[in-house]
Amino acid sequence: MLKLLKNLIKEPMFVIGIFLFLTTVLAGLLGPSFYIAQPRSEFGYEAPLAPRGIEVDLSKNTLIHWVVHRGDTLYAKETIKRDSLGNMLNSTTPATYWIGTDNLGQDYMALLLRGLQNSLYVGFLAGIIATTIGTLVGLFAGFKGGIIDDILNMFTNLFIVIPSFVVLVLVSTSFPQGRSLTLIAILIGFTTWPWTARSVRAQAASLRGRDHISLARINGASNLQIIFKHILPYLASYVFMVFIMQVASGILSESAISMIGLGPLGEGATSLGVILNTAKNQSAITDGLWWGIFPAAIVITVIVFALYLLNNSMEGVFNPRLRK
Amino acid sequence: MLKKYPTVRYVLLRSIWYFLTFLVALALNFFLPRLGSDPVEIMMAQGSYSSPEIRKQTEENLRKEFGLVVVDKEGNIVRDENGNAVKASKASQLVNYISQVFRGNLGTSFENQKPVAEIIMEALPWTIALQLPTILFGWIFGNVLGALAAYRRGVFDKVIFPLALLMSSIPFFVFGMVLVYFFGVVWDFFPAIGGYASGITPDFSWEFLKSAGYHYILPFLSIFLILAGGQAIGMRSMGIYELGTDYIKYAKWLGLKETRVLTYLFRNAMLPQLTGLALSIGQMVGGALITEMIFSYPGLGLTMLKAVQTNNYPVIQGVTLLITTCVLLANFTVDILIALLDPRVKASLTMDTK
Repeated sequence: MLKLLKNLIKEPMFVIGIFLFLTTVLAGLLGPSFYIAQPRSEFGYEAPLAPRGIEVDLSKNTLIHWVVHRGDTLYAKETIKRDSLGNMLNSTTPATYWIGTDNLGQDYMALLLRGLQNSLYVGFLAGIIATTIGTLVGLFAGFKGGIIDDILNMFTNLFIVIPSFVVLVLVSTSFPQGRSLTLIAILIGFTTWPWTARSVRAQAASLRGRDHISLARINGASNLQIIFKHILPYLASYVFMVFIMQVASGILSESAISMIGLGPLGEGATSLGVILNTAKNQSAITDGLWWGIFPAAIVITVIVFALYLLNNSMEGVFNPRLRK
Repeated sequence: MLKKYPTVRYVLLRSIWYFLTFLVALALNFFLPRLGSDPVEIMMAQGSYSSPEIRKQTEENLRKEFGLVVVDKEGNIVRDENGNAVKASKASQLVNYISQVFRGNLGTSFENQKPVAEIIMEALPWTIALQLPTILFGWIFGNVLGALAAYRRGVFDKVIFPLALLMSSIPFFVFGMVLVYFFGVVWDFFPAIGGYASGITPDFSWEFLKSAGYHYILPFLSIFLILAGGQAIGMRSMGIYELGTDYIKYAKWLGLKETRVLTYLFRNAMLPQLTGLALSIGQMVGGALITEMIFSYPGLGLTMLKAVQTNNYPVIQGVTLLITTCVLLANFTVDILIALLDPRVKASLTMDTK
């Protein structure tokens, strides 16, 4: 174990991966409770504000306004905010926003941290569910062989070829009133387990004929004992790697389903996908409001990249052939 | 049965398996949207009705449309003694749905009363035109890169591999957004949204094709690059694995030309990659559909997005069914291809039947 860790630490990919991973997880866990959100901008819906220190000329786009920061004070000129007589109002607000505000004038930084926390929650819960189901199914199928293997295998293949994306869309449409983060995570977990089952099955099947298994059986160990005491430990590192990939795919699935507007729904159910979807629906991209998409997009990419790096560096250490 | 023709037997068995899978997919497609709530109730809540009678009439029509109530031979709703429509059992609902689907009837759009099949047929060519070449070229390009990275290792590997890893961790649609922002909005090189310039009617004129091609570049790139990244990673590990095998060592020892060895390597490492492609088509299509939404590309993705926003259940169900069908067909094709191409699979087919 220690030697494995030593080998891992020598891998630059692992070091970068673990650094990025811990940074995002810490930001997600602690961020929402420590960061003090700025009050809602008084421009609200009419003028999403640019990040602090950045001047943006949006006059060529549909929203006609200027946002200017000087030092810590923010001046907004020529916004389309109007008074009751239809006259344009020019006003200023003292609040500064690190990465600007969204279409409702909310502090993006607070939204982003909350979204990161929720996306990580969905990713990990989905990963745990998918890995548990997949590992159990794969272990039993691989160990038992015969008819049980055939049946479980058919089930697994069935749910691999039926796109999980379609299943997610169909189930999500049947809960139009509200979808909690937990519900979305459970749905993702229940649609992605076949991948784990497939790879764990192959590994378990290769162990079935080993001598120590036969020995355990002669000694009267039950099937369950053999599976959990004599097969699972051999696969632990493998299952862990699969788990990492499942977390990554859970985070990606959540953002994908949110992009169609079928993601978490309800009070406080912000996620990185929901942030991107809102920005897209408010045509942030075509209006040139880059701060609506880039922070969330970068955060998703960084977490997934970190998880991929971890998985790949572990593969290199566990499978010496890939090492050089 | 058909022991003398293992390949025919294999194709037949696969066909049966895929047909059964299709039936399961149909059942899921029918029951899943009814899991949490009643779609008819949701659609009813969206409209306004002048009188309770009209409301009831609309609701019954919808229930009939969805095959939720018992209908007699003339197509009239069967009623109990209180005049209420008799609810059909779950099993007969499913049978009804499946028979309708096989007759090509996917229902009517809730929004403009157009047949769902018609709406889908308008969108399908766009999706196929975008996704088929993208997935094919992305797969080929990624695999060549991966094989090179595995073979050359060194600097080549050190640059390509982390880059491919980074590319494959960007979701399709996020990359699409970034491309739209820079190339479509900031620098204005390419049109940001749509499948062709507004004001042109889709036909086979030069003007339309030029416009469509121009609009094609960004969505193509956003799927292609990410996909190639993922494939390159898979091919790299396969390639490294194959490099350690005896036949490659032997070929090198014989002093064969590098390109020759690379061909052998590529051929053997490619087949598991082909299997991988078959399995991941379903996942790719999901991501690629969302890319269509980002670009407002007039394909199935956009159709589905619009349907989701208006709770248009018949259209949602139609689109998901079609996606599943396409994915199953693609999988089936790759399965057959592997059996024909891979001598190892071919051999195992012959062994099985002995």
